[in-house]
Amino acid sequence: MVPLSYYVMLSAVLFIIGVTGVLIRRNIIIILLSIELMLNATNINFVAFSHYLHAITGQVIVFFTLTVAAAEVAIGLAIIIALYRKKASLNVEEINRLKW
Amino acid sequence: MSPFLTWLERSILHTRKRVGDHLMTQLLFFYFAGVIIVTAIYVIASRNPIYSALSLLVMFFHVAGLYVLLNAEFIAAIQVIVYAGAILVLYLFVVMLLNLRQEERYHRHFALGIFLGLVIFVEIVLAFAQTKFSGTQGDFTAAKLKELGDTQAIGQTMYTTYLFPFEVASLILLVAMVGAIVLAKKGIIEK
Repeated sequence: MVPLSYYVMLSAVLFIIGVTGVLIRRNIIIILLSIELMLNATNINFVAFSHYLHAITGQVIVFFTLTVAAAEVAIGLAIIIALYRKKASLNVEEINRLKW
Repeated sequence: MSPFLTWLERSILHTRKRVGDHLMTQLLFFYFAGVIIVTAIYVIASRNPIYSALSLLVMFFHVAGLYVLLNAEFIAAIQVIVYAGAILVLYLFVVMLLNLRQEERYHRHFALGIFLGLVIFVEIVLAFAQTKFSGTQGDFTAAKLKELGDTQAIGQTMYTTYLFPFEVASLILLVAMVGAIVLAKKGIIEK
């Protein structure tokens, strides 16, 4: 059996990679992909705890996370397309219309 | 051959099989974990967004493998179908639709971002070192899941205990659908 702590560490590393991706990249599509990385990290945690604590609730919550991820992708990509139409760029540093 | 020898032989075989399974599980875990981390780093480091998305696809498959190791077959199937089959295809569509030029890859404050990531990582490790993972054990053991079936167990819980969150999830999907059409269609907002 692999100890639970291995799964938690893997999930932590994956989450940090996602956070770093959001911080260092300029392309907004890559930033959305990094958010997917973070959601997957949380899902690994949920399923690992569900297995080790013999509770099915973790897997049900992964299902809901999946729903939220799908909604987030649909809205996020729609926003990206709308932005690209206005700006012709996906660089987050050029998206500053709300700045005064 | 005496019954004792038969018993001994059988128990040795059994033990070897158990140790073998144990080793196999560990090897599989390290394979999946390694590929997940490498592909995740490639996702945020690659210059071309299409390579990033395809690398994410490989990662999704290996996360699904991890779920199978954890006796969550239904979630593994859903991971492949929804994440790899739907979400990632949506990403690839948008990447190919937008005809990206190769832009400068990293943010100006690249080093600061890496540093902040490391700080959060150290924080998580410290919190992790001080925590003892424990909790009340539920009654869905591996044997019971095997007997009942993973899908049936999830379904029973989801449609009884979590019925209201399930309905809210459908509402979220409806809002996302309407929102995506309103945002992406030309000329709806301007009118």
